[in-house]
Amino acid sequence: MTGWLTRTATGIVSTVVEALEELRIHRGRVLLSLIGVAVAVCALTTVVGAGAIAEQAGREMSERYGGRPATVSMNVGTGGAAPDHEAIAAAWQTTLDRHGIEYASRSGYGSLTVQFADGAVPVSMQVVDPDYGPMHRVRLVEGVWFTERDGDRLAPAVIVNEAFWKRLGSPPLATHPTVELVGNGRVTGVVTGVTPAQSEWDVEPTAFILTDSFLPLQSATADPMMGAYMPSYEMWIPDGSADELTESVQRAFESELGGGATVDGWRSDYAAQEEDPFLPIKLMVVGVAVVILLLGALGLLTIALVTVRGRIREIGIRRSFGATAGRVFFSVLMETVVGTFVAGVVGVGVAIALVRSPLMGMALGGAEVQDMPGFPIEAALIGIGAAVAVGALAGLLPALGAVRVKVIDAIRF
Amino acid sequence: MTLVEARGVGRTVELPDGRPLTILSGVDLTVSEGDRVSIVGRSGSGKSTLLNLLGLLDAPTEGELAFLGHDVRRIGSGARDRLRGSEVGFVFQQFNLLPGRTALENVQTPLLYSGGREFWRRERIARDMLERVGLGERLTTKPERLSGGEQQRVAIARALVRKPRLILADEPTGALDLETGAEVMSLIEAVAAETGAALVTITHDPTIAARSNRHFLLRGGRLESADAAGDEPIDGDASTVTEAAEPVEAVA
Repeated sequence: MTGWLTRTATGIVSTVVEALEELRIHRGRVLLSLIGVAVAVCALTTVVGAGAIAEQAGREMSERYGGRPATVSMNVGTGGAAPDHEAIAAAWQTTLDRHGIEYASRSGYGSLTVQFADGAVPVSMQVVDPDYGPMHRVRLVEGVWFTERDGDRLAPAVIVNEAFWKRLGSPPLATHPTVELVGNGRVTGVVTGVTPAQSEWDVEPTAFILTDSFLPLQSATADPMMGAYMPSYEMWIPDGSADELTESVQRAFESELGGGATVDGWRSDYAAQEEDPFLPIKLMVVGVAVVILLLGALGLLTIALVTVRGRIREIGIRRSFGATAGRVFFSVLMETVVGTFVAGVVGVGVAIALVRSPLMGMALGGAEVQDMPGFPIEAALIGIGAAVAVGALAGLLPALGAVRVKVIDAIRF
Repeated sequence: MTLVEARGVGRTVELPDGRPLTILSGVDLTVSEGDRVSIVGRSGSGKSTLLNLLGLLDAPTEGELAFLGHDVRRIGSGARDRLRGSEVGFVFQQFNLLPGRTALENVQTPLLYSGGREFWRRERIARDMLERVGLGERLTTKPERLSGGEQQRVAIARALVRKPRLILADEPTGALDLETGAEVMSLIEAVAAETGAALVTITHDPTIAARSNRHFLLRGGRLESADAAGDEPIDGDASTVTEAAEPVEAVA
């Protein structure tokens, strides 16, 4: 038994040693033949990796509007009666507490007049709670997002967009720049953060303000442009149980409100769509990758076939010294597999450098990804796996050809 | 001990048009340990086919061929390869060293197919063998930088490194000048004598054939003993071979 084990182990080791030896001797040719594969794997991995980042960029953009999965929005209907925002907020908080929901925010729009140096301008305000930031991945170029303590400020914190900030003269936030906010009264607000411009057309000043800061300031009469302030009530819940939880929260919220109030709830995040919104991107990426890889495989196969023809004599010599057909098959196959593995590693390495480079960020439309995904491990695995698979496939035909070599004919080749 | 025993061995191949072509027929030959056998014959007389059969590279289509008492047609392909690796050493006319490898790496090649200690000690064994053939100073030299005689020495070291019991030399001096050829033959014979291996030499050269103690002629696919036929033993007279060489006969 021990003898058998030793023989088997020696057989395996000697087979690998021989294959590696062959690879070492033919390294120049192997390397040359693998340039195509390395480039193909690099392209494949880059496309998959960049695709993952583009997908993440798209996802984050969707999340900025609709919230992260699963974000559920609820609208309260009061049957025409003026809403009592404080009572609704209390009922909402009770409902959230009962369901153990940690992230929730009111989200609505209002308008306040802001006194700039060049005049007073009505500014659209997005009225939110502190959790809105993480729920919608709000990015800031300056300062920090609201905290719970900002609700207690006498001078309300406002987070303004870049257009707003520039209109103030882009003051450093460390100097606590203030603005006059005019609504149902006048109050001095402090700019605590700046959001980036969404596009080059984002030139109108807008701002975020906390609900608790806005409610005392909102006008008694509805804004002619924005209508009456009527927030939606958003919560961020686990994706898996979103449907059941939404139903339960909706019923409980309605029950807490009482008095004939109605609650409509729906998922607002992108993941609620039945079809994967990123499917077209994924399909395109896979299509391009497959074409690239096939081209690489074709080149490798051609070179491998030509190479085996050129090595018939060598194979014959090995056979005459006791190399079994299996050894020759394995050796030729190993050569392409090990070679393509190395090419795969090189290709993936270059792809990582490319994908992580600032150039790639620009190529992705300047999308500033907040949760920059690490280089997607699946892209690296796909790249190396594809390289090895290509090596095995491209090596199969030459290896079968090598086994069929007639020894003496080969030696005299 | 009998290494190879051929009884009425023949080899027929099928031509592309489907007709059979008999290359060898009725070959009777016994090779025992320590034998020195020479086989002469013209190109196309079936020498290579006979070499293939003796070296377990091919199997006969008729007759019986036994290697170490085993019927070669009953030995599986893998087992035949392993048997060839351990018991048969080939020396070729064109040396057939593996290009790009040093002399040491070339001599190690057969040991890659050997199990156990021979594999693990392959470098030591190959080094000793190269020293034995007088190339201890050229271990790391590649074949391209060796003279013809040196290349054949490496080839001999490679053929004998696993101590085979049967050495098949196919025109071993064909690519060498007379003097170097004689030296190479002396070396093969000396190393074979050390291990008691049988040496079967296929050659056109009557002086090389004359060094053996058993002589055969291959004519039209049939093996004839030059000794048993009552002929004078081949003594290096070129006319003997000229007489032996006949046009190829295809036996349909």
